[in-house]
Amino acid sequence: MLFRATGLGRRLGDAWILRGVDVQLQAGENLAILGTTGAGKSLLLRCLAGLDVADEGQIALNDRPLAEWPMPSYRARIVYLHQRPALWEGTVEDNLRAVFCLAAHRSRGYDRSQGLRRLAVFERDEAFLGKATAQLSGGEAEIVALIRALSVEPSVLLLDEPTASMDAAATRQAEKLLKRWVCDGPNRASVWTSHDANQVRRVAGRTQKLTGTERSAS
Amino acid sequence: MNGYLQIGYGQTAIAGLLIVANLALSAALSLGLGRRLLVASLRMSVQLLLVGLVLEWVFTLEDALLVLALAVAMAAMAGVAAVNRTRRRFAGIYWSSLVSVSGSSFFVTGLALLGIVRVEPWFEPQYLIPLLGMVLGNTLNSISLSLDRFVESLVQRHDAVEATLTLGGSRWEAAHEHIRDAMRVGLIPTINSMMVMGVVSLPGMMTGQILAGAEPGDAVRYQIVIMFMIASAAALGAFGVVFFAYRRLFDHHHRLRLDRLRQVDV
Repeated sequence: MLFRATGLGRRLGDAWILRGVDVQLQAGENLAILGTTGAGKSLLLRCLAGLDVADEGQIALNDRPLAEWPMPSYRARIVYLHQRPALWEGTVEDNLRAVFCLAAHRSRGYDRSQGLRRLAVFERDEAFLGKATAQLSGGEAEIVALIRALSVEPSVLLLDEPTASMDAAATRQAEKLLKRWVCDGPNRASVWTSHDANQVRRVAGRTQKLTGTERSAS
Repeated sequence: MNGYLQIGYGQTAIAGLLIVANLALSAALSLGLGRRLLVASLRMSVQLLLVGLVLEWVFTLEDALLVLALAVAMAAMAGVAAVNRTRRRFAGIYWSSLVSVSGSSFFVTGLALLGIVRVEPWFEPQYLIPLLGMVLGNTLNSISLSLDRFVESLVQRHDAVEATLTLGGSRWEAAHEHIRDAMRVGLIPTINSMMVMGVVSLPGMMTGQILAGAEPGDAVRYQIVIMFMIASAAALGAFGVVFFAYRRLFDHHHRLRLDRLRQVDV
C-alpha cells in the first residue's frame, strides 16, 4: 500500500469537521474526494500532507507511520497544492529553481528542460519563465504551482481544486499531464478535489464521498 | 566655575515660553495641536523633574542589590512596552520580550561596565543606570519593530511560507527569509543613526558631556562605545525575540501555527 490513513479525525473548537475518515491509495491510482463546500475536503488534504494536526487516527506512507518520518522528507514525497496557488515572489523560473535550494531536494539540480517540456503541454514557452508571478492570471499561477510540485518528483500529489481558475483547454491539458505523470512512475498516485463532476469522471479511477460528521448529524 | 553653567527653575520656565508660541500659532491657524502639545509638554516636564529627584537618590545608593533591582524594573518596563506596540500576540509573548530585552541589555551593559569603562564598584549607579537606560531604550525599539514585522510578514505571506513547507522545506527554511527581513527592519533605526552620526546629528549624550565641560575627544569616545553597545544589544535582542516567536509560530512538526496568534487593539 502506497498510502494509508485510518480513522482520521480533526476537530475545530468543539466541532468535529472530520471523523473516522479512511483514505487508501494504491500506486497508479487517481482518487477523487467528493463532498459539499465546507465538508472538510481541504482540511482532509492538509491533514494528509501534515500541514494540519489530525486529532485522531493514523497515517502511513510506504507502510511507515507519519511519526517515524522527518516531516520535511515526508512532505517532499506527498505534496499538497493549495486551492489558491501559493507562489513565491520573483519570476516563474525563480519559483521552479528555488525548490532545489531546499535541503530536501538539494541533491537534485534544477532541470530547466524538463520544466520547459511540461510548460509546452500548456502551450507556454521560454518567455513564460521570465514572467513575474505577481503578473500571472489565476490559471497561469495554477500551472506554475503544478509544474513546481511535479518537479520535486513526489509520490503522492494532493490536488485541492487544481484547475479551478484554468480555462477549458488548460484544464484538459492539466488533467492529461497529471494522468500521464501518475502512470509514468512506479510509485505515484494523486488525490483530487473538484467541484466539476465531469472532471471527476475524466480523471478519477475511484471516488470517495466525504459526508459531514457530527455537524450534519445534529 | 565647575565646568558648566547651571540652569535654575526660572530659566527652565523661560524655555517653556517657546511652547506658548507654538500654542498661539496653533490657535490662530486652528491646527488642533494645542491640547496634545500641552499635554505632551506637561508630561515631559513632570516626568523629567521626578526622574531628576529619583536619580539624585539613586546615585547615593551603595547597595548592589538595590541598583540591580532598579535595573530589573527598568528592563521589565522596556519588555512590556515592546510588546504593547504589536497588534498580534501569542502566549508567552511577554516572557519572550522580557528575556530578550533584559538578556541582551544586561549582557552588553555588563560587558561595558566591567571590561570597557571599568567602573569601581561595578554597580556604581551614576554609570550603570544611564548606560543601561540608553541601551534599553534602543533595544526596546528594535525588539518592537522586529517582532511586529516578523509576525505581520508571516500572516501576510502565510501562503508562501506554507508553499515552502508543502514542498518539503523545514520550518527554518520556510521562516528564514522572514527572520532576515524582521532583523533588517529592527536594526534600521540603529544603523540609520550610526550612518549620519556626527554629520547630520550630534548625539544627545555626547552633546551633554561637552556642555558639562568634558573634553570633546573624551565625549566622542564615550559616544562610540555607547553606539557599539546599542547596536550589539539591539541586534541580540531583536534576534532573541524573533527566535522565540519563530519557535512559537512553527511547531516541531514543521507546521505554521498562526492559530496561536490573537489580535488585540492597540
